[in-house]
Amino acid sequence: MVSTTASESQLMERFSKFFSLSGAVGPLIGLLLLCAFLSFATDSFLSFRNFLNIADQITVLGIMAVGMTFVILIGGIDLSVGSVLALSMMVLGYLNVVAELPMAVAIAGALIAAAFCGALSGLLITEFKVPAFIATLAMMSIARGVANMITNGSQIIGFPAWFNLGAIIRHFGFLTMTVAVMLVVFVVAMLFLRLRKEGRSLYAIGGNPEVARLAGINVKLATVLVYVVCALLSGLAGILLAARLDSVQPSSGVAYELDAIAAVVIGGTSLSGGTGGIVGTLIGVLIIGVLRNGLNLLSVSPFLQAVIIGMVIVLAVAAETFKQRR
Amino acid sequence: MISDSEGTILSLRNIKKSYGPIEVLHGIDLDVKAGEVVALLGENGAGKSTVSNVISGTVLPTSGEMMWRGAPYAPFNPREAIDAGVGMIHQELLLLPHLSIAENIFVGRYPTKAGAVDRKAMDERAEESLRRLGLNVSPRRLVEGLSTANQQLIEIAKALTLNARLLILDEPTAALGGEETTKLFEQIESLKADGVGIIYISHRLEEIKRIADRIVVMRDGVKVQEFASADVPVRTIVEAMVGRSLERMFPVIPMPKDETVLEVRKLKSPSGSFSDINFKVAKGEIFGIAGLVGAGRTELVRAIVGVDPISEGSILLNGKEIKLRTPQDAIRNGMVLVPEDRKLQGLVLPHTIAENIAYANMNTVAANGWMTAGRIKDFADVSITKFGVKGSGHQSADELSGGNQQKVVIAKWLARNPQVVVLDEPTRGIDVGARSAIYDIIVALAHEGVSVIVVSSDLEEVLGVSNRIMVMAQGKQSGILNRDAANDVSIIELATL
Repeated sequence: MVSTTASESQLMERFSKFFSLSGAVGPLIGLLLLCAFLSFATDSFLSFRNFLNIADQITVLGIMAVGMTFVILIGGIDLSVGSVLALSMMVLGYLNVVAELPMAVAIAGALIAAAFCGALSGLLITEFKVPAFIATLAMMSIARGVANMITNGSQIIGFPAWFNLGAIIRHFGFLTMTVAVMLVVFVVAMLFLRLRKEGRSLYAIGGNPEVARLAGINVKLATVLVYVVCALLSGLAGILLAARLDSVQPSSGVAYELDAIAAVVIGGTSLSGGTGGIVGTLIGVLIIGVLRNGLNLLSVSPFLQAVIIGMVIVLAVAAETFKQRR
Repeated sequence: MISDSEGTILSLRNIKKSYGPIEVLHGIDLDVKAGEVVALLGENGAGKSTVSNVISGTVLPTSGEMMWRGAPYAPFNPREAIDAGVGMIHQELLLLPHLSIAENIFVGRYPTKAGAVDRKAMDERAEESLRRLGLNVSPRRLVEGLSTANQQLIEIAKALTLNARLLILDEPTAALGGEETTKLFEQIESLKADGVGIIYISHRLEEIKRIADRIVVMRDGVKVQEFASADVPVRTIVEAMVGRSLERMFPVIPMPKDETVLEVRKLKSPSGSFSDINFKVAKGEIFGIAGLVGAGRTELVRAIVGVDPISEGSILLNGKEIKLRTPQDAIRNGMVLVPEDRKLQGLVLPHTIAENIAYANMNTVAANGWMTAGRIKDFADVSITKFGVKGSGHQSADELSGGNQQKVVIAKWLARNPQVVVLDEPTRGIDVGARSAIYDIIVALAHEGVSVIVVSSDLEEVLGVSNRIMVMAQGKQSGILNRDAANDVSIIELATL
């Protein structure tokens, strides 16, 4: 009897270690409770179709939250991701529709524009010692401004038909192109953080940058690259959003940075850096996605939804703090 | 019950403390008289801090009684202890960097005039207490940027202004140089003359012998021995602390080889904290660097391993000049630093021991850049066993004692088989048992042919482990002494040039 419980708990420990659930068990329980509640409270929540809807709805947030996890893991913050998403969308639209370049070139251009923003933020932070909050706040304003300048504030439509179909056609009956991209991003990011030495280095940097530097880790380079990756993923999210909407406008992505930060924090990644991970972030993204979906099904007004999501953030962080004090 | 003990101001009777099922204090009796310095000694984890935390109201005892100046005493929190006249100076500095010195001294009890903070009175009173400690800085200066030693003195000044009748000093000299320590001792003498009782916790036995009237030795939560005077051989005290007789404090040191490994020529720092430094370290040599706090020793060794830049001079490794722009450059050349402050520079405290060891050895732990939790654990286990770290790989670093933390910091570097190892204050704040383990590691390195540089403020230590000793004073090297020519007098003479 005793031995079975011991081996069971050992198995659980291994399981939770592999998926790096250590900081995310609480949020996972929260997510399961939320799903159970919504299954009873509504007729339509517990259906295959609705789950596919949720997957579509969280694609953009999910990809941005992965980038944000990297940034927060090294003890930084990136407020510019929503604006970078808009800039990437506008560059995509301009190159493909206005300049009539092939889509591959347009996508490359959009990603380069996004990466450039991240590199600029990263250099401001590492070389000019600007606090990350300020550097990315400035980038948030600059990228939004440039996005508006491209068309003087108006939207662009007229993408090729196949582009939008990527967000609609469900391969094998369930997998859209956009959701597939999100899944790949999650898996690659998780493996990177768990198993690559570069990924483990990010934990060291977030835990204590001076220790990391003395241990021979190139903290400056890693920091710049993390902001580049975060911006790149925002750019990628912008391209997927463009596919879903079949249009681009410079006002896209306003306040997305706050959703991304919320998802990361709900998922158990510490804002002071050094602890957390991708699995937690996935759970955080799902909590926000399921909550929005469920509240819509329950016909809760969007204003009340905002209040409820705010309360969930407080609850998640308070639970984490409480657990640490214990 | 305590009427017979003349002048006793504090007495503890059968004080016990448990955390959950684990009892860490097993019934402590302790008396402190007015105007007396009681030294509280013991290895880390012996329960000294718990006793002082009970007295200062930071920790509530599970059972037992305390009497304070003839009345029952049971402080519920530090405020009550302070109000009763018990002041505690913590080992960790708890100052607010962006406030002035005077504000730090009076924080929480600013003198007021007509409802507003009376800055003039506050500055004057702060200045007076700073002067008493011989600290010549303006009370309006911000604490930020002050040296650790000066910050420590400000903590002490803060306690002085409390007019405490009992002061608990926890490792007050850990960051102080010889001169500042002397000033502090003068203050302690004058407090004694005023009838203040003092509980003094330190690992430096020479100091204890200078200042203490009585010595209480603790081990594993029990008071094991009490010496009525400080006139006891050091060896006897140490044996009481570790609970076994000591063969020797320092191991026998090997003779270095003839081959020069590291050479430093005319080294100068851009900030001027050191200049014109020249020395050679041979293969298998232990090279000590002594000097007062602020002499530029830490700055020098940081520059040698590429952590801080140099403005002039050159560093030669095996006869070839090397340029070190970053710590990576030094590590690649097999030169590593065990830094001064293990908590801020040596370890990521919330992370596990295994992860901390892996951080300095990413390329070795990873296969083609991939590293699993299993590889990290296996790699760390080897070092943990080799260096006798009391703990397992999955424990987080902040759960370890100071001595074990230091072993982890050393272990993470030695797994790379370096050719030059620099240790900055390797045994600061570490108990006697772990200390001799670290000396054994240093000597074992020298036997293997590694060149070791040891920076230490502990004269006995630097004399005990070094083949040669360089003494620094005010950023200059004032001399290099051979082991047989060096003693505490010759070092202090050079250090105070």
